[in-house]
Amino acid sequence: MSVVAQPQVGRDIEERPPDDEGHASSHSRDQPTVWTYIVLLFVLSGMVIPLLWTLLTSFKYNVDVTLGWIPPRWTLKNYVGVIDAFSFARYYVNTLFIACTVTMIQVVTSVMAAYAFARLQFRGRDLLFLGYLATMMIPADVLLIPQFVLMKKIPEVLNFILGTDFFSGYLYFGEGYIGHPVGLDSFFALIAPGCFSAYGTFMLRQFLLGISHEIEEAAYIDGCGPVGVFRYVILPLAKPALAALAIFTFLGRWRAFLWPLIMTDSDSMMVLSVGLQKLSDLYTNDYGLICAGSVLMLVPMILVFVLCQRWFISGIQLGSVKG
Amino acid sequence: MKQRQGLAAVGFLAPNLAGFALFTLGPVLVAAGLSFYKYQLASGVSPEFTGLENFTRLIGFHHTPETGLEANDPYFWQYLGNTMFLMLNIPLSMIGALILAVQLNKPLKGRIAFRTLFFIPHLCSGVAIFMVWKMLLTYEPNVGIINGFLWNLYSLLGIPPERAIELLPGWLIDRNWAKPAIIIMFVWGAVGGFNMILYLAGLQNIPLELYEAAEMDGAGWWPVLRNITIPMLAPTTFFIFVTSVIGGLQGGFEAAYVMTQGGPEGSTTPVSYYIFTTAYERLDIGYAAAISMVLFALIFSVTLINWRFGGKKLEAS
Repeated sequence: MSVVAQPQVGRDIEERPPDDEGHASSHSRDQPTVWTYIVLLFVLSGMVIPLLWTLLTSFKYNVDVTLGWIPPRWTLKNYVGVIDAFSFARYYVNTLFIACTVTMIQVVTSVMAAYAFARLQFRGRDLLFLGYLATMMIPADVLLIPQFVLMKKIPEVLNFILGTDFFSGYLYFGEGYIGHPVGLDSFFALIAPGCFSAYGTFMLRQFLLGISHEIEEAAYIDGCGPVGVFRYVILPLAKPALAALAIFTFLGRWRAFLWPLIMTDSDSMMVLSVGLQKLSDLYTNDYGLICAGSVLMLVPMILVFVLCQRWFISGIQLGSVKG
Repeated sequence: MKQRQGLAAVGFLAPNLAGFALFTLGPVLVAAGLSFYKYQLASGVSPEFTGLENFTRLIGFHHTPETGLEANDPYFWQYLGNTMFLMLNIPLSMIGALILAVQLNKPLKGRIAFRTLFFIPHLCSGVAIFMVWKMLLTYEPNVGIINGFLWNLYSLLGIPPERAIELLPGWLIDRNWAKPAIIIMFVWGAVGGFNMILYLAGLQNIPLELYEAAEMDGAGWWPVLRNITIPMLAPTTFFIFVTSVIGGLQGGFEAAYVMTQGGPEGSTTPVSYYIFTTAYERLDIGYAAAISMVLFALIFSVTLINWRFGGKKLEAS
């Protein structure tokens, strides 16, 4: 398979320490001194302290918050409190559902468009791609206002066109309320705008450009069409880049705040970030409770990052290469 | 085969382009249109075309006999100033990221562990951690650990308690300290994040021969940093700077919303938060659209500078 020049995604730069060819280590500049470790540990403590404090405080009774760092009496009451007092389980499910759905759809739409831009010949391709790129600099604030108006008006408009009142009605899944079909307070509003990404298309196109033409041509000669090439040649090779985009998108959706904030009214449609903010508004002085909520939101993100680091790191580099 | 590719391209592009038209292209045009209308979403009154009125109200000036020239909307200028001031975190976190990257580029024990841990604050940056910082920055030194640390430091230095209590910064409740507080938090979140990763990648692309030559000339660490590392990293620096400025101009909403509600006295309100309150609290959609278009124009000019000066350098890297 030497014809496939596999671009370097998913292979972490850190797998090649600078001294593995032997010569870098002969340089005094490359050798870490005691000061290197002191600087790094100093910075590290500054970075870890807020997180450690959050974790420890989440196990404290509220009256113990001012009594030093280590909880004098450990308790899980804050975690129980967060889960009881709020529909926290519901926020979790909502957030997970939205993040996973957006991720799947966005990866599919992005890789399809990226394939067309990177590997297919058609008239106006480069101009179209340039226009596409240009939209990446439109600030989110510009889009939010018309998207908000769109979501506010969409049920009325659809009801009027189709002559029903379905679109302003309520949906149920078993016993559970799952929002309106469209418009404010609907999964449609929370999911749909995130499914199409110029950034994802751009990043995957960068990757697909690096795949060798020879194997693709062999597939064409064997009678594959563009769809077959996409399915059997490009997709398998693109897996590491797809993984990188999937992780970015998932994390981005998990922490998204402003859009879910303006899109949701009812408690059962809220996502973690919005629910957590509401909690901290209501219980301003209950530090343990707020910290427990934060921990519950942060732990999944940290886990995803630590487990998927290699794709994540190489994805950052891919997205920053000028096209 | 060309023919088939053209048809296939339409099929492959269709889903993305449809979503793009509905959620990006359409909304941009609508936003541009709305910025010329007076449109109060709650009032039930139809949008009324007012030409450039929103823009003169936003960035125009009028003359008053007492004070001379005055901005029609002084808040906008204050908030734009806040946004710029908060962007001071960009150079600070870039310098920090460069220092960390240079250290991490050495054959250290536990490099990956360091890199992972440095990245985690960036990863956590968002509502959950802003709530935590709000607590860390609490004024009372027995609760807020930052003032707690300063309190202990003051007593170590022998400053009497009644004087020390005056010296403690008010952070989020003091209009002079609120911006520095938020900048510190932003630097905390940014220093080990994307910037450091990009600098690390940049450092690994610098040919070792340059360092070998410098070493033969007996150059110390500072000339090496100044004459080799920093110039060779210039494209990376430029890229990070431009993307951070673009991000900074539209950023700051979450921190303001969660930590300060833009206060005290509007001292931490960035433009993005002004757009939010104008659109979703005052429901003054037309005016909010006008603010967002002005922000767009600012970002667009930064991007133009990027294309004009940055494009070639980066492609060469």
